[in-house]
Amino acid sequence: MSYFKIFAVALLGAMLAGCPSTPIADPDPVDTTYGNDDSSADTAGMGDGDPFGGAEMNDPSAGELGMVIYFDFDSSEVRAEDQELVSRHAMQLNDSMGNVRLDGHADERGSREYNIGLGERRAQAVRQMLMIQGVSASQIQTVSFGEEQPVAMGSSESDYAENRRVEITYTN
Amino acid sequence: MIRKPISKIRAVVVLAMLSGLAQADLVIDVQGVSQPTPVAIVPFGWEGSSPAMPVDVAKVIQSDLKRSGRFAPIDEAKMLQKPTDGADVDFQDWGFVGVEAVVVGKVIQTGDDTFTLQFQLFDTFQRRQLVGYRMTATRNNMRGAAHRAADMIYEKLTGIKGVFGTKVAYVTADQRADGRLFSLYVSDQDGENEYKIMESKDPIMSPAWSPDSRQLAYVSFEGSKSSIFVQTLRSGNRFQVSNKPGINGAPSFSPDGRKLVVTLGGIDGNPDIYILDITSRESRRLTTHRAIDTEGTWSPDGRYIYFTSDRSGGPQIYRIPASGGTPERITFEGSYNARPRLSPDGTRLAMVHNDRGNYRIAVMNLERKDLLVLSTGRQDESPSFAPNSDILIYATRQDGDGVLESVSADGLIRQKMASGRGDVREPVWSPFPRFQ
Repeated sequence: MSYFKIFAVALLGAMLAGCPSTPIADPDPVDTTYGNDDSSADTAGMGDGDPFGGAEMNDPSAGELGMVIYFDFDSSEVRAEDQELVSRHAMQLNDSMGNVRLDGHADERGSREYNIGLGERRAQAVRQMLMIQGVSASQIQTVSFGEEQPVAMGSSESDYAENRRVEITYTN
Repeated sequence: MIRKPISKIRAVVVLAMLSGLAQADLVIDVQGVSQPTPVAIVPFGWEGSSPAMPVDVAKVIQSDLKRSGRFAPIDEAKMLQKPTDGADVDFQDWGFVGVEAVVVGKVIQTGDDTFTLQFQLFDTFQRRQLVGYRMTATRNNMRGAAHRAADMIYEKLTGIKGVFGTKVAYVTADQRADGRLFSLYVSDQDGENEYKIMESKDPIMSPAWSPDSRQLAYVSFEGSKSSIFVQTLRSGNRFQVSNKPGINGAPSFSPDGRKLVVTLGGIDGNPDIYILDITSRESRRLTTHRAIDTEGTWSPDGRYIYFTSDRSGGPQIYRIPASGGTPERITFEGSYNARPRLSPDGTRLAMVHNDRGNYRIAVMNLERKDLLVLSTGRQDESPSFAPNSDILIYATRQDGDGVLESVSADGLIRQKMASGRGDVREPVWSPFPRFQ
């Protein structure tokens, strides 16, 4: 569940994407020597490193945005910490006018067809959130797989938590 | 009628059925009544051109009766005589051995692939024949004929119609190197004659028998969306009956076989109960609540649809007239009751019931309204009644895999059926075969 890290990389990528692809001169050279010269500490300049190449992102798979949203037991509410992620997808969909499929999943407990209903409810919760942020209904398809496609095969609480999810797939 | 009083003490009988067929390997573990009735199934006589009869008929009958948990067939070594004709049965000998019933019979070859199977059942106390029957068979259907004989014997001895000649459909999920493979199987109720009728890398769910046993409806996620198919078993031909946006799920045939009750979710994902005419594909909406309404099933008289709804918060079972009307809540005991299935005689309702954190199979007597928890697992699901209303089959977990279990409706006789096929789930018992 390291999509915060992934998220940061994606943000960096998005910022770089807006930059020209030529190396940028340091706009404000300042002396960055700290402490006394007799200090045992030493500093080293990092240099600019190799310049990044950058280009406008139009990868339909939404770059490296997190593609899975997890849910609490018996809940179809998008957790507060995931709402930003859903918003990023909304922005992406509004920009690209692409299409997305939301696959809802449940943990294995209880009856299979009822779990199809629970998975659908989760997919719809994400769909509603995308639509509130301007994504058109025609861009979104929902499918509930219920408990039929677990990612964690065990029967522990942590397995169940991994399986209660909505997976976001860009379809074009 | 010989019917022993049933004791609540359970004996455990382990019976390994060794099959000659490579495709079927079923191990059945029976927990039965403490004093099953002793009976003798004498090896059948054989009059034919080959050294042995195509199917050991007596062995099939013996396995069926033993697996029912109500009978204890004695070993061949204990038999003082091995008659193949009723006229040769010595009741004094059988009384001495202590069996209450004796079955004798033979298989006679009458053509290249035609045989006559005949058998007689005797009550050794009353010293009279309870049933005698003769039927024709081929090599291919001789096992079926033997099951039919076992059905007749079982019914004579217990007063309950036998289900040895019926079938079971179920879904398996196998983890393979290239992903999961889902398969839909139909087999005899003892696990023999297993046929794969459909497979897919996408999930297969919710098989349902047509009332004439000729077709199965099921849900398939091929193409990453759900749709409902009806497949004819004999030909393997299938047609898609529902492919709407969102959920297409939980099909169940009407008693006349012309309609399906289904769950449709629509683009806004609100699962409701619909009745779908199979020929015209026209659907009629039965429920309109914003809760999850699903798992519809017809009452045997066709008047009601029983279904799961979480309109009260958690899932409970409701019923609504099949012609439309106001839903009426049926279950009140416990926080989770789902997946209703009615016994074919209409007296009992099976469901998945949350029993102190465990999902178990429970049966409610519709008249008395009392709930009997029948299974003992943590994650039991998909109850389905045998057509005689006396036994249920369901899925449970063993070492992380789904396995099938059956239990008598009184909870006393339990069988585990391990097919060695990985994760087995969603068993559904067929109706009686058409010759009955």
